[in-house]
Amino acid sequence: MFLAKNWCIEKCASGHFIDSCPRWLSPKQEEKEYLQQKLFDRYLQKFSYESLIHYFPMTKYRELPFLNYTVPGLLVSCLNPGPASLLWTSGHHWAHPCYCCWTCSALLVQGKLTARERILLLLDPDSFDEYDMFVEHRCADFGMDSDKNKYPGDSVVTGRGRINGRLAYVFSQDFTVFGGSLSGAHAQKICKIMDQAAMVGAPVIGLNDSGGARIQEGVESLAGYADIFLRNVLCSGVVPQISLVMGPCAGGAVYSPALTDFTFMVKDTSYLFITGPDVVKSVTNEDVTQEQLGGAKTHTAVSGVAHRAFENDIDALLNLREFFNYLPLSNRDPAPVCECHDPSDRLVPELDMIVPTESTKAYDMLDIIHSIADEREFFEIMPSYARNIVVGFARMNGRTVGIVGNQPKVASGCLDINSSVKGARFVRFCDAFNIPLITFVDVPGFLPGTAQEYGGIIRHGAKLLFAFAEATVPKITIITRKAYGGAYDVMSSKHLRGDANYAWPTAEVAVMGAKGAVQIIFRGKEADAEAEYVDKFANPFPAAMRGFVDDIIQPSSTRMRICHDLDVLASKTQSNPWKKHANIPL
Amino acid sequence: MAAALCWGAAGGQRGLRALMKCEMQCARWCLITSRKLYSSLYDPNEKTFEKLLIANRGEIACRVIKTCKKMGIKTVAIHSDVDANAVHVKMADEAVCVGPAPTSKSYLNMDAIMEVIKKTRAQAVHPGYGFLSENKEFARRLASEGVTFIGPDTHAIQAMGDKIESKLLAKNAKVNTIPGFDGVVKDADEAVRIAREIGYPVMIKASAGGGGKGMRIAWDDEETREGFRFSSQEAASSFGDDRLLIEKFIDNPRHIEIQVLADKHGNALWLNERECSIQRRNQKVVEEAPSTFLDPETRRAMGEQAVALAKAVKYSSAGTVEFLVDSSKNFYFLEMNTRLQVEHPVTECITGLDLVQEMIRVAKGYPLRHKQADIPINGWAVECRVYAEDPYKSFGLPSIGKLSQYQEPLHLPSVRVDSGIQQGSDISIYYDPMISKLITYGSNRAEALKRMEEALDNYVIRGVAHNISLLREVIIHPRFVQGDISTKFLPEAYPDGFKGHRLTDLERRELLATAASLYVTEQLRSQRFLGTQRIPIAKSKRSSWELSVRLGDGVYPVAVSKESSSFSVEVDGMKLNVTSEWNLASPLLSVTIDGTQRTIQRLSRNASGDTSIQFLGTVVSEGQEICVIEAMKMQNSMIAAKTGKVKAVHCKAGDTVGEGDLLVELE
Repeated sequence: MFLAKNWCIEKCASGHFIDSCPRWLSPKQEEKEYLQQKLFDRYLQKFSYESLIHYFPMTKYRELPFLNYTVPGLLVSCLNPGPASLLWTSGHHWAHPCYCCWTCSALLVQGKLTARERILLLLDPDSFDEYDMFVEHRCADFGMDSDKNKYPGDSVVTGRGRINGRLAYVFSQDFTVFGGSLSGAHAQKICKIMDQAAMVGAPVIGLNDSGGARIQEGVESLAGYADIFLRNVLCSGVVPQISLVMGPCAGGAVYSPALTDFTFMVKDTSYLFITGPDVVKSVTNEDVTQEQLGGAKTHTAVSGVAHRAFENDIDALLNLREFFNYLPLSNRDPAPVCECHDPSDRLVPELDMIVPTESTKAYDMLDIIHSIADEREFFEIMPSYARNIVVGFARMNGRTVGIVGNQPKVASGCLDINSSVKGARFVRFCDAFNIPLITFVDVPGFLPGTAQEYGGIIRHGAKLLFAFAEATVPKITIITRKAYGGAYDVMSSKHLRGDANYAWPTAEVAVMGAKGAVQIIFRGKEADAEAEYVDKFANPFPAAMRGFVDDIIQPSSTRMRICHDLDVLASKTQSNPWKKHANIPL
Repeated sequence: MAAALCWGAAGGQRGLRALMKCEMQCARWCLITSRKLYSSLYDPNEKTFEKLLIANRGEIACRVIKTCKKMGIKTVAIHSDVDANAVHVKMADEAVCVGPAPTSKSYLNMDAIMEVIKKTRAQAVHPGYGFLSENKEFARRLASEGVTFIGPDTHAIQAMGDKIESKLLAKNAKVNTIPGFDGVVKDADEAVRIAREIGYPVMIKASAGGGGKGMRIAWDDEETREGFRFSSQEAASSFGDDRLLIEKFIDNPRHIEIQVLADKHGNALWLNERECSIQRRNQKVVEEAPSTFLDPETRRAMGEQAVALAKAVKYSSAGTVEFLVDSSKNFYFLEMNTRLQVEHPVTECITGLDLVQEMIRVAKGYPLRHKQADIPINGWAVECRVYAEDPYKSFGLPSIGKLSQYQEPLHLPSVRVDSGIQQGSDISIYYDPMISKLITYGSNRAEALKRMEEALDNYVIRGVAHNISLLREVIIHPRFVQGDISTKFLPEAYPDGFKGHRLTDLERRELLATAASLYVTEQLRSQRFLGTQRIPIAKSKRSSWELSVRLGDGVYPVAVSKESSSFSVEVDGMKLNVTSEWNLASPLLSVTIDGTQRTIQRLSRNASGDTSIQFLGTVVSEGQEICVIEAMKMQNSMIAAKTGKVKAVHCKAGDTVGEGDLLVELE
C-alpha cells in the first residue's frame, strides 16, 4: 500500500475542504474510500490515542520515538486541543496520512517529522503561504508518468512564512516522495523561492532531506542542482541562507548546504557525504558506517562542515527559530535590535578577577562572553570544532553582535589552521550582514609544527587576517591577556581598522613571550633580562602609549564600554575601494 | 573610571587597591549608619591598636576587617596564592601571600605568618575561628614577640583545649557536667547503685570501646543489670580491659551554648544563649538566639555557670560554653570554645554588642563597659549557613566551582549576610565550602523566620550546588516552627534523606501557572523588534495559548490568556491570575499569583523551552511545557550516559579535578 501523501483532513492550506481539494482527488477510488473510512473512524473516536492504535495498527511502531518529543506548545495550541490527543494533533494538520503510509511510518520510527510538520513547527502559526503545490514532475520514462507515480507538489514543499513575525522563505524536502530526490520540478520550485527571497531581501531556509538526484530524470536533475547552486552563490552575502539537514543528504545534494551561510544537522538522523559507505568500500576498501562517514558528530567535530547539531527535529527547528532572531533579513538591513531588559551599563565585577595571576594558567573565555552578553545568552557557532577559538552570536543592549574570542582553555587559545578558517568564515558573515564584531584576544600566537606548516597555516591564517582587515562593520576589540606576535595583528587590531581597541590591565602586547624574547635578545646570558622584558612588555602600556589600544579599562566596565561604543558606531560608514571582488587566499 | 586609567599590569594591583579604598569608604559609612545591628558604642578617642593582622580568610576575615575599619584600625590580610583575588584581600589595607593553597602551607604556616607580622609591624592578631584560633603555640609565639593575640591567654586555651582538664575545671567551678563513672564495676548490684546515683537513663559501655560501640541504654534497674552483663563480658572478651563506663544518657539532646565575654580585670558577662541543635554530621546548619526552649531561670543558671567557668580559668575575650540540654531542661557542660564562634552574629543581633569590637577592646586591656543587667534580649535572630554543597546527599556533600552569578538578599529589611566571596569567586577544594552566613532578625521568632524564608528565596547563587533548598525546608518544617528540635532533627525529619520540597496541589498549580506565563512572556518578547523595519513585521494578535505542561510524570493542560498587564491561567479547571513585571534579565522574578507573592529564580533556559526554575527553594526543571521535578539535578556522581569501552583516562587518583575537565573518554 502506498498512498498519496498530500491530501487534507479538515481544511488544507489552499482553503479547500477535503472532498473538493484537488490533491484529494488524485488517489484511486479504493484508496480514497479506505481513507474516508479511517477518517470517519477518527472523528467518531474524537481523536483519542486509543482509537489510533486500534484503527491504525501501524502506530504501534511509532508511538515510541514520537512520544519522546517535547511537544511544542505553539503547535498544540494552534490545533484542536483534545485532552488525550496530544500526539494526534501535533502537526497532523494537513500531512496526516503518514499514519497509513509505510514511508511515513518509517520516518516516525526514526523519530523524524514529515516535511510539512517541520514547516509548521518552524514558522509562526498560520503564517505559511505555500507556492507551487500543484507542480508535478515531468518525467515520462520508467513508468514515471503513471498516475500512481505523480504527486502534487512533487518531493518538496516550498513557500514563505514568518518567524517571530519576520519574513522567511522556506523549502522542505519530502522524503516520503521518491526519497526526497531532486527532480527538475523540485529544483524549479526551490529556485523560484530563492529568486523571490533575493528580490525581496529575506532569508532562505532549507530543510534538507533528500536522497540525491532523481535517477529517472537523468541530466534534468543535474541541471536542477546547478540551478540551485548558482542561486546559492548569487544570494550569498545578499540574504542569509541557512540549511538544516534533517535526513540523508548525499552526492550533489550536499553542495547546496555547503554553499549556504550556516549548516545545521540533527543528531543520529542526518548525514552528509559525497559518496556513501558502499562506494567508499569499493574504492578505498574502508569499512565505515554512515554515521562515521558523515553523521552530525563527524561534521560538527571533525570536518567542520556543519555549524551545530541538535538533538532531534523539534529541538533543531526551535533552535533555528531562536537563531533566526539574531540575523538581519538581508544585507540591506541593520543588525536586528530586540527588546532588552538587561541594563546596558551593568557592571560585571567578576571580570576583575577572571584572568588568573599566573599567565600560564587557563580560564574559560565563555565565562567572559556569557557575563557581558545580554541575559548571559550566547548562540555559539561550531562549539565542538576548533575549540581554541570561540565564535557565535549574542546581543548587546538588544542588538545582535558577532563575538570572536580566543579560548585559553583549549591549546592555550593559539591560532591554528582550523581555528583560523572557522574564525574567518564567521567574521565574513558578520561583515556581509552588518553585524558588529566584538573580539576578545588572548592569543599566544600561531601554532608551530610541521603538521601546521605542511597543512598551510600561512595560507589559512591569512584568511582570518584577510577577513578582519576587509570588514567594515563596527569592530571592538578587548585584549584580556596575551596578544603576541602576528596573532596580535590578526585579531582585529587597531592596525586593521579596529574602531575601539581596549586592553585589560592584565594585557601583554608583545612580539613573543618573555622567555623566548630574552633568549633571542641576550642569547640567554642575562639572568634578570627576563624580568626586564616582562616589565617592559608584559603590560598594556607600550601599546597604549602608541595609541594601538585606545584605553586600558577596568574589566568590570567592559559591557558598559561595548554598549556605549555600539550606540555610537551604529552610524559608522566605511567602504573598501571599488573592486569586482577581493581575492581571499582560499 | 579615572582610577582605571592608571592601571597597568605592574601598577594594576595599586590601582585596584585605590579603587577598593573608595568603595570601602562608602562601606564604612554604611556600616556605621544604616545597620542597627550593633549598638556597641564606638568611642573614637579611645586609643586602640594601629594595625591588626587577621590570620584567617573568607567571611570571618571580612567580618573582622569591617569592625577594624569602624574603629579606625589598619588591617593586614594574609592569603594563600589561590586567594590572591579574594574579598578579604581586597578589603584589607595590606595583604601578604603566605604560601600555596593547602592550609598547612599557608593559613597554618606560623613561620610565614610571624614573618608577615614583623614585616608589617602589626600590633595585634585576630585569629578568627578555625586555623590558628585555638592554637596555644601560636598565642605563645605572638606573646614572645610582644604582639597581642586577640583572644584568651595561653593558659585558658590550653586548659579548655584538653577535654579531661576542661571537665575537671568545670566540675570544680560547680558547672554541671555529665555525671558518670569510669572504672571497674564489681557486680550488677554495684552497677545499679551507680546508675541510680547518676539517675536514669544511663548509658553503659566498655571503657575501651571507642565511640558508640557496644553502647547500651538502660532506663531502669533491670536494664542496667542486663547492660552490665553484656558490657562486662564484651569488655573482657573484646578488649581485655574490665573497666566500664556508666554515664548519664542524654535523651533527645539539644545543643545550646552560652556566649561569654570577659575582660582582664576579672569581669565576665554572659550574653545569652544560642540554639544550635540543627546539625548534620556534627556541623551546625541553622542557629538562632534566643532558644525557644529555655526559660529565664534555666538561662540564668546556664549563664551563671558559664561565667563561673570563665572566671575559673581567668578567661578574657569572647568565648562560648557549649551545653547539652535534655528534654527536662537539665543541662550539662560539653566544652568551651576559646574563640569567636561562626554563629556569633545571632548574639550580636539580639544584644546589640559588636563582639569583635569588644574582643579588640578587651585585648587592648580595657574593662568591659556593660554590666550583666545591661545585656538585653531584643527580638529574635536566625542564622542559616549557606554552603556550597548538595543537600540531597547525606544533607550536604561539598561541591566546587565558580560562582557565575551571586547576589545577596541585602535589599530586604533586617537581613545580614556575612560572606567573604563575590560573583566570580571560586569555591575551591582547599577550604571550607561555606558561601555565607545569612542572618535575619525580627521582633519575634515568626517574623525572623518569615524574613529568612524571603531572604532564601531572594538569594541568587549560580555555578555551584547549594543547600538553600534544605535550609528553606528546615525553617518551614512544622517541628522546627514549634521549636521541637534536637541534634537528631535532620535524620528524624527526613529519614529517607532530603528530597527537596514536596509541592502541594496549590503550589503545583502556582508553579504550572507561573511556568506557562513565563513561557508566553518569552514568546511574546521574541517578537518585539525595535527600530523601523524594511519589511514590516507581522504582528501577532494572539491573546490565548493552550499549553501542555509536563510536571514529573504528569502532563497538565494549561490555558493562558493575556489580559492587559496580567495573565489569566487555567489549571485543573481553576483560574489563577498571574502578575509580574516579567523582567527576563533579572535573576529574581517576583510573581504574584492570585494575591500570593512568590519570588522565583529562573536558572536556565534553552530554545526548546527547557527551563529550570527555583521555586520555593527547590530547583524544578521544566521543559517548555515540561516541569520535570528534578530535585536530584545537582548531583556530583558521574554516570556514563551510554555503555562503551573506556578509551582513555585523563586523571589519576589524587588529582584535583575541576568542573568541565575531561576525565574518562568512552569509545
